[in-house]
Amino acid sequence: METKTVETNFKSEEYFINMGPQHPATHGVLRLLLTIDGEIIKKVEPDLGYIHRSIEKMCERDSYQQIVHLTDRMDYLSSNINNEAVCLAVENALQLEVPERVKVIRTIIGELTRISSHCLWWGVMGMDVGALTTYFYGFRDRELINDIFEETCGARLTMNYNVPGGLMFDIHPNFIKRVKDFIVHFKTKLPEYDRLLTGNVIFHKRTKGVGILSKEDAISFGASGPVGRASGYSCDVRKHHPYSALDKVTFNEALKTEGDTFARYLVRIQEMWESLSIIEQLIDNIPEGEYRVATNAVIKLPKGEYYQRVETARGELGVYIISTGTKNPYRLKFRSPGFSNLSLLNHIAVGGKIGDLVATMATLDLVIPDIDR
Amino acid sequence: MIRALSITKSIHDWLYSSMSENMAHLVEMVLIALVYLAIFSVAGLFLVLIERRVAAWFQLRIGPNRVGFQGLLQTMADALKLVSKELTGTERADKFLYNLAPYFVIITALMALAVIPFTQDFQAFDINIGILFLIAISSIGVIGILLGGWSSNNKFALIGAMRSGVQTISYELSIGLSLLTMILITGSLQLSQIVEVQKNGWLIVQGHIPAIIAFMIYMIAGTAETNRAPFDMAEAESELGAGFHTEYSGMKFAYFFLAEFINMFIIAAIATTVFFGAWLSPFGITESIPILGVFWFLAKAMVLVFLMMWFRWTFPRLRVDQLLTLEWKYLLPLNLMNIVIMALIVWQNLIIRF
Repeated sequence: METKTVETNFKSEEYFINMGPQHPATHGVLRLLLTIDGEIIKKVEPDLGYIHRSIEKMCERDSYQQIVHLTDRMDYLSSNINNEAVCLAVENALQLEVPERVKVIRTIIGELTRISSHCLWWGVMGMDVGALTTYFYGFRDRELINDIFEETCGARLTMNYNVPGGLMFDIHPNFIKRVKDFIVHFKTKLPEYDRLLTGNVIFHKRTKGVGILSKEDAISFGASGPVGRASGYSCDVRKHHPYSALDKVTFNEALKTEGDTFARYLVRIQEMWESLSIIEQLIDNIPEGEYRVATNAVIKLPKGEYYQRVETARGELGVYIISTGTKNPYRLKFRSPGFSNLSLLNHIAVGGKIGDLVATMATLDLVIPDIDR
Repeated sequence: MIRALSITKSIHDWLYSSMSENMAHLVEMVLIALVYLAIFSVAGLFLVLIERRVAAWFQLRIGPNRVGFQGLLQTMADALKLVSKELTGTERADKFLYNLAPYFVIITALMALAVIPFTQDFQAFDINIGILFLIAISSIGVIGILLGGWSSNNKFALIGAMRSGVQTISYELSIGLSLLTMILITGSLQLSQIVEVQKNGWLIVQGHIPAIIAFMIYMIAGTAETNRAPFDMAEAESELGAGFHTEYSGMKFAYFFLAEFINMFIIAAIATTVFFGAWLSPFGITESIPILGVFWFLAKAMVLVFLMMWFRWTFPRLRVDQLLTLEWKYLLPLNLMNIVIMALIVWQNLIIRF
């Protein structure tokens, strides 16, 4: 008599657990299929698709002005930088020269967006390693930036402030004063962040030497933004391919070589300082002039392929447009930073504990709608 | 064994005069249990409110301040809501153990409360092995957590329960040994005796250096014992969702929740009794008014409770292996060494007495 044995990929001690789609550490509807041996992670498989809205397909239907507002809904924490990416791509395709004023304002608001995104990340990072208080400190400072945005364009999160050819409105008369007030405020608060979390011994224990990503792996996985820079991979688009007014400012690219969770943490903290310095250099020198150049009501890009990259708070966002000369793109592809950064999660989290996975994932700074467009 | 409360002397006399001795004994025990139940629930709810207000203070918020004066009735309203909720459970849970688990947790918390000397005569049981009883009882509580996590048929709950088991078994050693260090001075496990010895100065002063080390170890281990941050492995919100009580809702969840806060108070109360002279006032300033002992006891306990809340809202959580490393590699050897130092100090009579 024949006996059938059922073959499984699992050893007897390993078990399988669903982290998400509803889980406090995934910060959105990301589902992680974990194979665990006791507390030790054996395998992490991200499962996407829970918040897929076919944004790229919708772009093929919409005109170029309409595409801009769709990008707000991708990486909602750096919505303004996403808007800017599409606008820059369209302007480059049309060979439209935008006024200096627009470039400077775009850069200032872009850096404010980066700070606000990093503030939220810092709060959530603390929360993920168990220090809940950081969340409220991060949000306190983020509120001030959101207030500035609200006064500028009426929206706090999904701004839709950029349009192809410039900005939707001119800045509010209070803008310069409020940004300066914010810089003064935030310079006193950033050291507070360090006192609360960066210097904490438990935090060091939780993050140092955890989730190490080597420079070679960072490059081969396509890591960008703070994740790549913490591994020593100089990949700041602002430095290597400056856009808007970024070629007029001097700033240091935050680079670390350790590649662990703590290095990624420090890179983001450092980036907040650098963003403050960029804003400081520009805020007093906003040139006078038009805030928008007129474009045709129906924008038709010349036939061809266009690519524009920008540095969002998460890394390199690429916008790839194929135009056939009509008012809609034939195909529009976003190269989102979160997707590449998520793809290396399995590589760096295996072998760690569940707590390590959560800390590592926090420093990848995943925004799920960005990964799952 | 039961020492009648001096305030209720008349009730005691009336009971014994109106019915047979055994009957009166029984009725009296039930009455005392009811009084403690009342204290228990009020204290638990009050501590939840304090925790929320303290957390809000640390986190730039205001906290609950709408229901009643300064939100005093907020937790009462929350508890009423939880009572009125339907009792639901998971389909494939082990029903008997699943329903039993919250009672383990809550009953052990209540039992521990019974031996705490709030003041001279305000102590339900003054047994001669008081400290041993407290340590023993507090370790039964973990059975409730283990059962709850095991029986809910949920992997997250199971991980939480296992972590909790590992953690409590480890840190019990530190709690026991740090209290044992102090027992070397008092020479008695009876809580009233321990307080008696402290009339010559609180034990943390009497035992000076080793006593301070023992107190620090006790506070770390005590925080771990109650499963509170930075040692909240069992429920580690960002890792396990809600940990061992993932599948509990309504009043069953409230039992776990209240027990956590009562346990926190018990840890603080034991520290108050063993290190800070229980109901004795500082420098004996109000010795002539015995009832103020309750105030002093609660004041000292509340300072320690505040300290634990301070830990919780400031520190990140440890990882589970670091938690065990801390206990077995650092606290335990330090503790053993500390006992030897304390023994030498007691032997050479280097105790500071006033």
